[in-house]
Amino acid sequence: MSGTLLLVGATSDIGHAVAARYAEAGWRILLAARDPERAQRNADDLEARHRAEVALLRLDIFESERFAAWLDGLPVLPDTVVCAVGELGDQGRAEADPAHAEQVLRTNFLGPSLLLGLVAERFAARGSGTIVGISSVAGDRGRGSNYVYGAGKAGFTAFLSGLRNRLTKSGVRVVTVKPGFVRTRMTRGLRLPPLLTAEPSEVGQAVYAAAQGRGSDVVYVRRVWRLVMTVIGAIPEPVFKRLSL
Amino acid sequence: MHANPALTEASPKIQGARTISGWGRYPRAASEILVADAPETLPALLRGRRGVIARGAGRAYGDAAVGQRTTCLTGALDRLRSFDPATGRLRAEAGVMLADIVRTFLPRGFFPPVVPGTQFVTLGGMIASDVHGKNHHREGGFGTHVEALTLLTPDGVPRPCSREQNPDLFAMTLGGMGLTGTILDATFRLRPVESGWIDQQTRVAADLSAMLRALDEDDAATYSVAWIDCLARGSALGRGLVYRGEHAGRQTCRAAGRDLFPIPARGWLTVPPGLPGWTLNRASVTAFNATYFRRGAAADASALVPWQSYFFPLDGLAAWNRLYGARGFVQHQCVVPRRGAEAVLSEMLDRVARLGTASPLAVLKRLGSGGGWLSFPMEGYTLALDLPATAATLALLDELDRSVVAAGGRLYLAKDARQSRDTFEAGYPALPAFRDLRRQLGADGVLASRLSARLGL
Repeated sequence: MSGTLLLVGATSDIGHAVAARYAEAGWRILLAARDPERAQRNADDLEARHRAEVALLRLDIFESERFAAWLDGLPVLPDTVVCAVGELGDQGRAEADPAHAEQVLRTNFLGPSLLLGLVAERFAARGSGTIVGISSVAGDRGRGSNYVYGAGKAGFTAFLSGLRNRLTKSGVRVVTVKPGFVRTRMTRGLRLPPLLTAEPSEVGQAVYAAAQGRGSDVVYVRRVWRLVMTVIGAIPEPVFKRLSL
Repeated sequence: MHANPALTEASPKIQGARTISGWGRYPRAASEILVADAPETLPALLRGRRGVIARGAGRAYGDAAVGQRTTCLTGALDRLRSFDPATGRLRAEAGVMLADIVRTFLPRGFFPPVVPGTQFVTLGGMIASDVHGKNHHREGGFGTHVEALTLLTPDGVPRPCSREQNPDLFAMTLGGMGLTGTILDATFRLRPVESGWIDQQTRVAADLSAMLRALDEDDAATYSVAWIDCLARGSALGRGLVYRGEHAGRQTCRAAGRDLFPIPARGWLTVPPGLPGWTLNRASVTAFNATYFRRGAAADASALVPWQSYFFPLDGLAAWNRLYGARGFVQHQCVVPRRGAEAVLSEMLDRVARLGTASPLAVLKRLGSGGGWLSFPMEGYTLALDLPATAATLALLDELDRSVVAAGGRLYLAKDARQSRDTFEAGYPALPAFRDLRRQLGADGVLASRLSARLGL
């Protein structure tokens, strides 16, 4: 089955890998990015590589008041929406600069959640659709090195979980994906722990497989991450707070 | 941008100093690592830095893609920008892997006009080294087929270059080893092919002069390459097998019952890390070469072989550079003019055979002329030898260099880890002009690899 994918966060390497997997399967692709000019190279790649039909749209994840009109103005209500919006930010800066922390939280939590919430309304009304949120293992437990980002992702994970719980009987599927370390092409030639590090194409495949109903609702791209995060989650707080993570 | 949690500390784009090397794992040097993430952010990333070189797949053998101070990884610039099936014209970013291009376009009936001996190189690397293939005698180097490129010059401005626009900059960038700027993207034409099969003719050459004659006879062949048994001595010196290749037509493949575009076999082998340096010794290499030669000589002279085994036989053995152990290895690739070639090649092969630390891989090809200012190819024969990086072989190579220079030849910069400045200067007559233009560009000292610093480029 092929249909229309809306990818939100079209300048992301992971998002591009997801779009490429759908394009390969013959889907029509709608790409949304704050800065469409920067996403143009990704749109071009899908066309040149997969002969995909691609449209590039402007969307600012901070402009939540425009989401409803933007969604209703799409050429077609998509079959699947994947949100790959995210920003790591700078933890040190976020500790002292509330404006930066707020930006990280809005980018990782508020914007994606509010947008997907409105998508869910439309999917529920239609009685079909798949929503995929790219969250993070960083949201499974707050760590001193990235808890602002982690808190944003934790909120997003909780939002997706609630959405799934609410919509499961209305024919709308909600999938949470936690990629773990990803060898984006940015990091080629650098050492990441090999067992814990996925290729972007693995993330693309994991999203596609989960969304097409062949995976679980909460996907750790490398299954070992589920184990790692279970262990990290099980460490008692008095011990955990003393670890440098 | 979904940032990578592994790159969280400080800036995600700047990694600390690391020890890196080329494919030969010799020499190794510390370098700051920068990671390009998109063409438009590269100027800001490079601003104010000196001693920087771009690194694609890191397949140059020596120190060409090791920055004098800083190495900029360009692998993220891997997007295809446009493809026109009517003309085969492809525009792609510089970090796109050749393997990616072949995998994408061969099933659609297109193949790159020139491919080097591995598909694990980037488009930018192929241009910076002006790589040649088994068809140089007819098609010239890869640079010949580049119609246009965008070069980020040291002033931070992306400049369109072609034979019409900034023609000098264009010509010095083909084979310019990344020293004129950072290549952002390039446009070239793929050629139409009817299948992914190569119609291969294997001929046996009993000695060097038979070998050179066989290569000369292949003037009209699309592809031609020879393998030499480097341990054969005396009357068998220079014996080997010559492989002529043509893209197989639809009819030929159908008649043989083959799928037109074979899918490359998976389950390729990987050489494990930590092999001792004596893995390739005289006995193991002699046994390998003798078997290889006998099989080749006995094999059916004509066969349909899949593209990857004709063009990229070693790609099936991942990380084969580990075969030489921790000390690493060097590849000595020279070209010598046709006149007098037999004498100098025979002297070189004889000395290598007597050294006994042999190279399972010795490859001989014809080259034609043409290319950029610092391009390697010239009308003649090119011989490539892989040797372990030991004191004895390095000393021998210095002597071989003298023979190459005396014969009017030169060494390939993409393979080089150790030639002297004198050898280099003798082989590249366009060097003074290249240096002048580099100064005018403000590239001097700003764009610099270990190789350029070593050779005073």
